[in-house]
Amino acid sequence: MTDRVAPARPSSGLAALIRHGRYVIAENRVTGFAFALFLVIVLTALIGPHVVPHDPLASDTAAALKPPSAAHWFGTDQIGRDVFSRVVAATRLDFFIALASVALVFFMGGLAGVAAGFFGGWTDRVVGRIADTIMAFPLFVLAMGIVAALGNTVQNIILATAIVNFPLYARVARAEANVRREAGFVLAARLSGNGELRILLAQILPNIMPIMIVQMSLTMGYAILNAAGLSFIGLGVRPPTAEWGIMVAEGAAFMVSGEWWIAFFPGAALMIAVFCFNLLGDGLRDIVDPQRRT
Amino acid sequence: MLGMILKRMLVAVPSLIGVVIVTFLLTRALPGDPAAYFAGPAATKEAIEQIRVKLGLDQPLIVQFGRYVGDLARGDLGNSLTTGQPVGQEIRARLPASAELTLLGLFVSMMIAVPLGILAATRPGSLIDHACRVLATAGVSLPVFFTGLILVYVFYYLLGLAPAPLGRLDVFFSPPPQVTGFYLIDSLLAGNVETFWAALKQLVLPALTLGIFSLAPIARMTRASMLAVLASDFVRTARASGLSPYTIIVTYAFRNAMIPVVTTLGMVFSFLLGANVLVEKVFAWPGIGSFAVEALIASDFAPLQGFVLTMAVMYVALNLMIDILYGLIDPRVRIEA
Repeated sequence: MTDRVAPARPSSGLAALIRHGRYVIAENRVTGFAFALFLVIVLTALIGPHVVPHDPLASDTAAALKPPSAAHWFGTDQIGRDVFSRVVAATRLDFFIALASVALVFFMGGLAGVAAGFFGGWTDRVVGRIADTIMAFPLFVLAMGIVAALGNTVQNIILATAIVNFPLYARVARAEANVRREAGFVLAARLSGNGELRILLAQILPNIMPIMIVQMSLTMGYAILNAAGLSFIGLGVRPPTAEWGIMVAEGAAFMVSGEWWIAFFPGAALMIAVFCFNLLGDGLRDIVDPQRRT
Repeated sequence: MLGMILKRMLVAVPSLIGVVIVTFLLTRALPGDPAAYFAGPAATKEAIEQIRVKLGLDQPLIVQFGRYVGDLARGDLGNSLTTGQPVGQEIRARLPASAELTLLGLFVSMMIAVPLGILAATRPGSLIDHACRVLATAGVSLPVFFTGLILVYVFYYLLGLAPAPLGRLDVFFSPPPQVTGFYLIDSLLAGNVETFWAALKQLVLPALTLGIFSLAPIARMTRASMLAVLASDFVRTARASGLSPYTIIVTYAFRNAMIPVVTTLGMVFSFLLGANVLVEKVFAWPGIGSFAVEALIASDFAPLQGFVLTMAVMYVALNLMIDILYGLIDPRVRIEA
C-alpha cells in the first residue's frame, strides 16, 4: 500500500462546493433537470438564430395563419412568418435582457447594500431610503413609468427591470454584510492594516457572493417576465423584432378566433424559461443555504 | 389603539413623499423636450416657447416641483392629450372596474391558496405537499397575460362557457345604476339578478387569471407558517389534551398561522396591481390599467403619470391598512408599538 487514499478531509472552496452541488443534484432530480434545461436555453440563445429553418423576419402572405405542420412546426403567423424560427431566435434577446438587467442590479444593489451594511450610518440611511421609495410602488407599474419616461428602448427596459429589483438585492447584501461586519476575518484584515474599502471589496464581497448568486438566479425569472410583460403592452422591444412578449401580444387577437399557435408557443417558451430559472434558483439556494428551504 | 394607528400613518408619510418625488422626476425625464412634446408636432418655435412658460418649464426645478405638488393637492393630474379630459376624473371613473377585478382576484387566490397551504403543512412530504410546491412554482412562472389567453381559448373558443373577453358587461346588458361602481354589488342593490350573473361571467376568467398568478406567495407562506405553528408548544398541549385534529387545526393553529400570511399580502398586492395592467389588456377591461396602456400607445404621458401616481398612492394606503390590520389581529404588535 504505497499510495494510500488520503482521508476525507474537510476540504474547502470550489472542490467542496462542486461536490456538495453534485450531491444536491443527485438528491434533488428537479434541480438537475432545471440545470440541464438551463444549458439548453443558453445553447439556444447562442446558436439559435443560426440554425432555425426559416428567416424569423421573412413574411410569406401565401402561407399566413397555417396551423403547425411538418414544414412549419409551430405554424405561421398572420403575415406568414414561421413561428418556430421566431420563438427560437427570440431566445437570445429575452435571455440577454434578463441577464443584463440582473447583472446591472447585482452591481448597483449589491454594492450599495454591502456598503450600507458594512459602513452603517448615513450610507445605510440613504440606501435604505432609496430602497423604501422603490418598494412604495407596485413594481411592474414603476417599471412602466420608467420606460415610458426615459424612452422606449431595450436599454431602458433593462434599466427599469434592474431598478425595480434594486431593493431586493440591496436588502440581502446589507443583511449579509452587516453580520460579517465584526467577523474574525474582518478584524484580522483590519489589524494587518487594510483600509475599510479594501476590506469591503476583498473580504466582505467575496463572502456574500454565494448568497448573491442565488438571488440572481431567483430574480432572473422575474426579470424575463417583467421584460416580456413590458413588451406585451407595447413598451421596449418593437415589432417586427422576434421577442416572446411581443409575439404573444401579436397572437392575442387570434386566440378568440382559434389560431392558438401564434401566441401559445412564445408564451410556452417564456413559461418554460421562467420555470427553469425559478427551479434552478430554488436548487442553488438549497446548495448554498439549506436552512432557508421552505 | 388610536395612537398605534396614528403612528403607522406617520410611517407612511415618507413613502408618500418619495412617491411624489419619483413621479415628478419621471415627468421631467420625458424623452426630448416636454414643451415641444405638449405643443404637438405642428407647433412653431414661438408656440413651444409659450407652452414652456405656461407649463412653468422655464422655472428652476424646485419651483416646478412646488407647482406640481400644488396641482396634486388640488387633485389636478393634468389633461389627457387624446381625450382632452382631466386625467383625475378619468381615473376616478375607471377605478372601480380595476378594484372589483383585483379584489375578486385576491379572493379567488386566497380561497385556493390557503386550504392548499394548510393541507400541505398537515401532511409534509406527502403527494399534496409536492403538488403544492410544484403548483406554487408553476403559478409564478406563468406569464399572467399568457394564462389569460389560454383561459380565453379554452373557455371561450373551445368550450363556449365564458363570454367574449370584451369588458365588464355583455353589450346586451346596460350597467346597473352606479352606487359603489362595483357591478356585482350595484346590480344586486338594484335587484337585477340577470345583470349580476352577466357581470360575474365576465369577471370569472380575469379574476381567475389574477388568482393563479398570486397563488404562489400565499400558498408558500401559509404552508411555512402553518408548519411553524403546528410544531409549537400550545399545539402539542392541545394534542395531548385529546382535542380533535379538526379543532386543533382550525381553532388553534389556523388563527395563529394567518398572522404572517397577512404581512405577505403587501407583496401580493404589488404583484396584483402590476398584473392587473396585463390582465386588463387581455380582457379589454375598462379599468385604469388599460387606460394607461392606451395612453402609452398614443404617447400620452399625463394619463400615464397619473396612473403611476394613483397606483403608488393606493399601494401605500393598502400597506398601511395591512399594517393596521396586523396590529388588530395580533395584540403583541400593539404593545411593541
